[in-house]
Amino acid sequence: MFESVLVANRGEIARRIIRTVQRMGVRAIAVYSEADADLPFVAEADEAVLIGPAAPNESYRNAHAVLEAARQSAAQAVHPGYGFLSENAAFAAQVVEAGLAWVGPSPAAIEQMGDKIRARNLVSAAGVPVSRGTASPVQDVAAALAAARDIGFPLMVKASAGGGGMGMSVAADEDALPGEYEKISAFAGRMFGDSAVLLERYFPSVRHVEVQVLGLADGRVVALGDRDCSVQRRNQKLVEETPSPAVDDELRQQMFKAAARAGEAVGYRGAGTVECLLDTASGEFVFLEMNTRLQVEHTITEMATGLDLVEQQLLVAAEEPVTFDPDSVRSSGHAIEMRVNAEDPRRFLPGPGRITVWEEPSGEGVRVDSGYVAGNLVTPHYDSLLAKLVVHGVDRDDALARARTALAGFRVEGPKCNLPFFAELLENPEFVSGAYDTGLVARMRA
Amino acid sequence: MAEEIRAEMVANVWKVVVAAGDSVEDGDTLVILESMKMEIPVISERSGKISALHVAEGDVVQEGDVIAVID
Repeated sequence: MFESVLVANRGEIARRIIRTVQRMGVRAIAVYSEADADLPFVAEADEAVLIGPAAPNESYRNAHAVLEAARQSAAQAVHPGYGFLSENAAFAAQVVEAGLAWVGPSPAAIEQMGDKIRARNLVSAAGVPVSRGTASPVQDVAAALAAARDIGFPLMVKASAGGGGMGMSVAADEDALPGEYEKISAFAGRMFGDSAVLLERYFPSVRHVEVQVLGLADGRVVALGDRDCSVQRRNQKLVEETPSPAVDDELRQQMFKAAARAGEAVGYRGAGTVECLLDTASGEFVFLEMNTRLQVEHTITEMATGLDLVEQQLLVAAEEPVTFDPDSVRSSGHAIEMRVNAEDPRRFLPGPGRITVWEEPSGEGVRVDSGYVAGNLVTPHYDSLLAKLVVHGVDRDDALARARTALAGFRVEGPKCNLPFFAELLENPEFVSGAYDTGLVARMRA
Repeated sequence: MAEEIRAEMVANVWKVVVAAGDSVEDGDTLVILESMKMEIPVISERSGKISALHVAEGDVVQEGDVIAVID
């Protein structure tokens, strides 16, 4: 094992990685921006290096500054966490060139999965189901209409350069397509400087179900569990649970096999996530994308399997055997994660501020991964995630009951906070029944 | 009657989609703000003409600042 690991991230995930690194008897090195000097992850690391001002491009996204901190602190490995430089193939290559271990997949695997169209074509060739759609952008209305005949309606018209849910609309039928095409193309040109448009099959009711995989040092890719991430606002996840209430054992085995094949197609090493859409009408799933890093919601897989995924990542990166038998991964009970964000619980608009009250729940089956303590300033420079409240119960009902109790013991004052949303969600009949889809939050706010 | 569109939170002005003098419809995006890595479109709630635009890309707005006026 390495003697030291530099954690190229901040907030709750830096703190969580540092905890495992130290438990393994390894020296943990943090990097931080001027805005984060007072946060717990900086104090808890064995060494912390200031890498620049608050703006992410000048600190956490600044490859040069992070590499310089690694050199200065004699780090032997770099763990990127999620976001920032975690899916930057050029940075991963620079880390390796500097003689350090990169805690993640190869730069080639990151690059292949980073290009969404290429990734889709690649996993499709490996036998993973993908949704029908254009393999390259359509150039005009006539081409859109021709492509639409193969794809079928309703279909999603989306800006090739878009993301985060912007520049997308649904065409219900052939008559609606020219108008939607012109609208999105014009919007994309104005917004992204690129008017290219893609067409994809649109499913009116879907769940977002993903599979946690781990590529081992010996080349095998194993599936560790599924996660249902259908509670979303603005196409971003708020709550995740495992196992998915919508997936039976047969479908789960199919998804696990497909996810492993997707990973094997790029020689995947380390922790990764294969994201899929599950059509609630047909029960069929299609590949969405692969995230080549540790996910925010890896915690629920840890609760259900009893594994420490960061430990497995470090072992794989050090080319050592993992702590479990890959042929008999066991999951038990039900786990739920709630993302406690600095945003209001009605419209989910962000609101930074100084934390005046911070009280975390504890107890059996309750885990809180937080990035802040009372007195810290939550700044507008980074994402709004304050903490993750994770509960584990013997079954879904038990997990829901634990979630309600834990939630009642969580208090945050100062910044805006979405804790009241979870209290509402945990009493929502649709969520409680388990039969919900990605439209749930929008229906709650209609 | 003129309607003032105000910022609902402290944010950076990421994109300005319209210009003063443009005609807009109910539901059109006027500007896109960015705060805490979230892009927040500011939407027109009526049809009319942009009589004044008070922000430029890169500006920082405070909660309550006027972004645009629609006549």
